[in-house]
Amino acid sequence: MVRPSLEPGATIDGFRIEERVHQGGMAALWRVSRPGTATPMLMKVPFIGEDADPEAIVGFEMEQMILPRLSGVHVPKFIAAGDFAVQPYIVMEYLPPRTLLQELPELPLPYAEVAEFGLKIAVALDDLHRQHVIHLDVKPSNIMFRRSGEVVLIDFGLSHHDQLPDLMQEEFRLPVGTAPYMSPEQLLGIRNDPRSDLFALGALLYFFTTGVRPFGQRETLPAMRRRLWRDPVPPRRLKPDYPPWLQEIVLRCLEIEPAWRYPTAAQLAFELSHPDKVKLTKRSERLTQDPLSVVLRRRFNKDITRSITLPATARHISEAPIVAVAIDLEEGSTSLNEALRVTAERILATLPSARLACLNVLKLGRITIDYALDEEGHNKRIDRLVALKHWGEPLKLEEHRLTAHVLEGVDAANAILEFVQANRVDHVVIGARHSSLLRTLLGSVSAKVAAEAPCTVTVVRPARTAETGEPESIGGAVEEAALSSQD
Amino acid sequence: MLIAVFADIHANRQAFDACLAQARSFGAERNVLLGDYVGYGADPEWTVTTVLDLVDKGAIAVRGNHDNAVGDLRERLNVEASVAIEWTRGELGTAERRFLAELPLTARDDNRLYVHADASSPETWRYVTNVSAAARSMIATSAPITLCGHVHQPALYTMSATGKTTAFTPVSGSAIQLLPSRRWLAVLGSVGQPRDGNPAASYVMLDTERSELTYCRAPYDVAEAATRIRKKGLPAWLADRLAIGR
Repeated sequence: MVRPSLEPGATIDGFRIEERVHQGGMAALWRVSRPGTATPMLMKVPFIGEDADPEAIVGFEMEQMILPRLSGVHVPKFIAAGDFAVQPYIVMEYLPPRTLLQELPELPLPYAEVAEFGLKIAVALDDLHRQHVIHLDVKPSNIMFRRSGEVVLIDFGLSHHDQLPDLMQEEFRLPVGTAPYMSPEQLLGIRNDPRSDLFALGALLYFFTTGVRPFGQRETLPAMRRRLWRDPVPPRRLKPDYPPWLQEIVLRCLEIEPAWRYPTAAQLAFELSHPDKVKLTKRSERLTQDPLSVVLRRRFNKDITRSITLPATARHISEAPIVAVAIDLEEGSTSLNEALRVTAERILATLPSARLACLNVLKLGRITIDYALDEEGHNKRIDRLVALKHWGEPLKLEEHRLTAHVLEGVDAANAILEFVQANRVDHVVIGARHSSLLRTLLGSVSAKVAAEAPCTVTVVRPARTAETGEPESIGGAVEEAALSSQD
Repeated sequence: MLIAVFADIHANRQAFDACLAQARSFGAERNVLLGDYVGYGADPEWTVTTVLDLVDKGAIAVRGNHDNAVGDLRERLNVEASVAIEWTRGELGTAERRFLAELPLTARDDNRLYVHADASSPETWRYVTNVSAAARSMIATSAPITLCGHVHQPALYTMSATGKTTAFTPVSGSAIQLLPSRRWLAVLGSVGQPRDGNPAASYVMLDTERSELTYCRAPYDVAEAATRIRKKGLPAWLADRLAIGR
């Protein structure tokens, strides 16, 4: 069959070729247009033929299978694909030509800036993992930005999709990926662990904050394999002013053992967006690498940490959810809080990687400026944080699994919904009151959260007692309003 | 066109009925049947009549080893299967037996090859259970897409232009694009005797326009199918295994 020519002005399947915007080793990128389509479009055309790199062909095939199945702001929108027998191509949305690669000359960047785009990347990875895909080639040149600020992950040629055949797995016996960012398990040929992407993100954060690549950039297999037993130099050693919370996050991402990293991208995003809640372990203080004895043990006793069969990506995420419990701290809500704790305990018992965010809303007046101190001079926020921690204490969770958050807002339900949205919460547990006059007047917080939250919501009621049947009890009315108020 | 493909019905009326109904609700425009209509199950006559009827209406059907064993006494089967086939011979009339004996071993339709087992030697009924067996079968045909059964466990194999073969356990309900740059071999699960641990009846839907393959599962009245097997005095294990899909 005759291949259509690829030059400006030519037309393939209705797409008019404009200018070439990139010429890489595996594919060329062209801007294309089509009558009736206003979206700017990009056509990716792989090199095929006698001397083509098999990796380029298989990578293109993987992308052809994966991209049409992805959606959302964190991936380029798929538009069309061309038949391999005639002219293989993928047409996708054209994104503003800004990748993280362009920042390289500016390194190291300020900590806050790196943490901010680190958070955006983690959010994008969470979105991708929930769509059954592990990227496996997270690096600056594969990270783009929308004008609206969101990160867009590109190039799924090395990716793994849970529900599709992994063409890379069989095709190449050698590991595939990009040397400075490749996780230890990828080097061993494991391609189905979403935490590999967290390792790559950790390497990227390390590089962007210190200007040094944690594992160098040599591409020989022996040089790359060092990361199977050798941990990187702690960032604080390179930069004495390195924030401990950031070192904690970066080194946790770079743990050699996947199980020691964050269980999900959502949990990593949670930490990056709450630096003050990061539990500072020994990791955050380290100034030296692991001692030789540890390194030698890792190198020569590999069987101690055996690899385990992994659940599918989506299941992996569902086993490590972020659960938020909205807690009322008013007097008189003891039985409801007890019921909330019992429910939270049951949810967490089956999910050892889940984390719990305890929420309380500090209600702001609509007009008046609220004062942080109450009449007796107590700091309301601090008091509530203490009370939330106290509520969670009987759950006996490890410190990093429980966080307390005092939200502020005019409307309690909105404050909770915003938190749920921003932190990609998977499950909200919230208490409901008995029917009451005040609830009728003010509207029910739990009903609004249950109706509008983008995730599962469990509405908890206190255990039934003889009195609960009483309609419109004054006590109940006060309690309902108090979920959100202190004033 | 939307094609529904069924393999290894094994005289399980309840399972086949459920699959046909589900495929119809998905909009199936054509049926393809990959053999082993009889053996194990309690309703060989109904099943063969139904297949005959579908073929009259344009369905494609090929022969399986159990269908072959009805007329060919040299066909070797395991003990339970032999008992079931002996009984089946006494259940089917002349027309049905002739229909089974005359079915082709393979059928070609556009870019697809339909066969009961390994396409490199259809008459020897070799199982395709690993990458090398799949490669042997794919090399033996010029068809880019082969669909077969016989194994009773769903699997999908694909071969790249460089001859490397990949195996994949399909996820039911998730469409897979059969890229034209590669060769594909889809091993279907069984309608009437699933053995992948899931008792629901297994079949596939193929969308030829989009070149997409979807493995489907249809739940059915397993208890009724098992009761009927026991009533006919067939080996109890053939009934028991339906509930666990093994």
